[in-house]
Amino acid sequence: MTVVAFAVAVLLAAAFGMALIRVVYGPSTLDRIVANDVLLAITVGAIATEAAYTRDATGLPILLGLALLGPVASIAVGRFAAPARPIPGSAPHEDERPESQPSDRGGQP
Amino acid sequence: MNLSDVVNVLAAACLLSGAFLSLAAGLGLLRFPDLLSRMHAATKPQVLGLLLILTGTALRLGTVVDITTLILVGAFQLATAPVAAHMVGRAAYRTVQFRRDLLITDELAAQSPPGQTADSRRPEQS
Amino acid sequence: MTARPNSRVRDRLIAVGALTAMWMLLWGVFSWATFLSGLIVCAVVIAAFPLPPVTFAGRPRPVNLVRFTVKFFTDLVQASAHLAWTAFRFRYEAHSAVIAVRLTVRSDLNLTLCGEAVSLIPGSLIVDTDRDAGVLYIHVFDVNDRQAVEQYRREVHALEARIVRAIGSDAELKQITNEKGQP
Repeated sequence: MTVVAFAVAVLLAAAFGMALIRVVYGPSTLDRIVANDVLLAITVGAIATEAAYTRDATGLPILLGLALLGPVASIAVGRFAAPARPIPGSAPHEDERPESQPSDRGGQP
Repeated sequence: MNLSDVVNVLAAACLLSGAFLSLAAGLGLLRFPDLLSRMHAATKPQVLGLLLILTGTALRLGTVVDITTLILVGAFQLATAPVAAHMVGRAAYRTVQFRRDLLITDELAAQSPPGQTADSRRPEQS
Repeated sequence: MTARPNSRVRDRLIAVGALTAMWMLLWGVFSWATFLSGLIVCAVVIAAFPLPPVTFAGRPRPVNLVRFTVKFFTDLVQASAHLAWTAFRFRYEAHSAVIAVRLTVRSDLNLTLCGEAVSLIPGSLIVDTDRDAGVLYIHVFDVNDRQAVEQYRREVHALEARIVRAIGSDAELKQITNEKGQP
């Protein structure tokens, strides 16, 4: 089991590193949020693997919290990053369309 | 070779394949060409990879209390991951953060009313 | 939505049952004590925080439910393996497409379940929805020609048919089979 745990740790660490590179380089906020989600999934996997290796269930309630609250960040950012757009087929709201989106283009050159 | 050995080998296989899927996701995240493609890569460890790792952990722990917790973790993850993915995907499409030249067809752009085609929609690089 | 008192009571009973099951899973102990306490807590929660009603008009069919689950997991494994292979193929640029799929059954629940199932499977992603028309706009990864796009559209319709067969009502089932009869 030690060998397996080591191999899993190496694989997860490599994946974590690659996702971290994506967080750093962006280029946009949404890229970072997606990479952040992957980081979270890898963290959950790492905590579960630790529980499996030591046969100790102390960390499992953390997983519950992470699985429930993890997506809140993406939902919030996704909500504010999308400009309002009239639904196809409905009356257009030209005056309501935000022409300038001050803060949600983070990271764009 | 008794039962606990078999269970251990199964658990190890689950954990390793889950970790391997996470690695593939990390790689995909790095080298897929645009945001929407990267989001596909991100779904992998969130769904199948996580389910495999949770299964491996459940096999190793093997007590009812822990297994019910793990089932709930899996269920919550399956219920919440698509919501987050949809919100980010919608934002990505509306701010045109994807490469149009990679699309074979775009039936959503055809749906938009005149004057609202994808190209005249708010360009994100201004 | 239909405000018939009978269906409202049924919806709430289903909600209380599901929440109680979750409560017992959280405790990890299956006893009368957790069952009764869960029932009380969930009834109070449902009464205190009423949600907009989601009408569940159908009835579960166990055999079809198992069939849907098995197919879902095989799809999941297949799509994940395919995507992992794409990630390891260097110098390969995957093409994708945004396609509109009009669902046959237009209920909110069906739209939600189909959307969840489609976006849980790697390689497809819901970009937008049109709730009134019952249309899902799906971003599909790694398709190379129109033929693959049409193939994928048929797969989504098959997925919807499986979901309706698993938990849909008789009327919805008839809709699905009628649609199939006239290609």
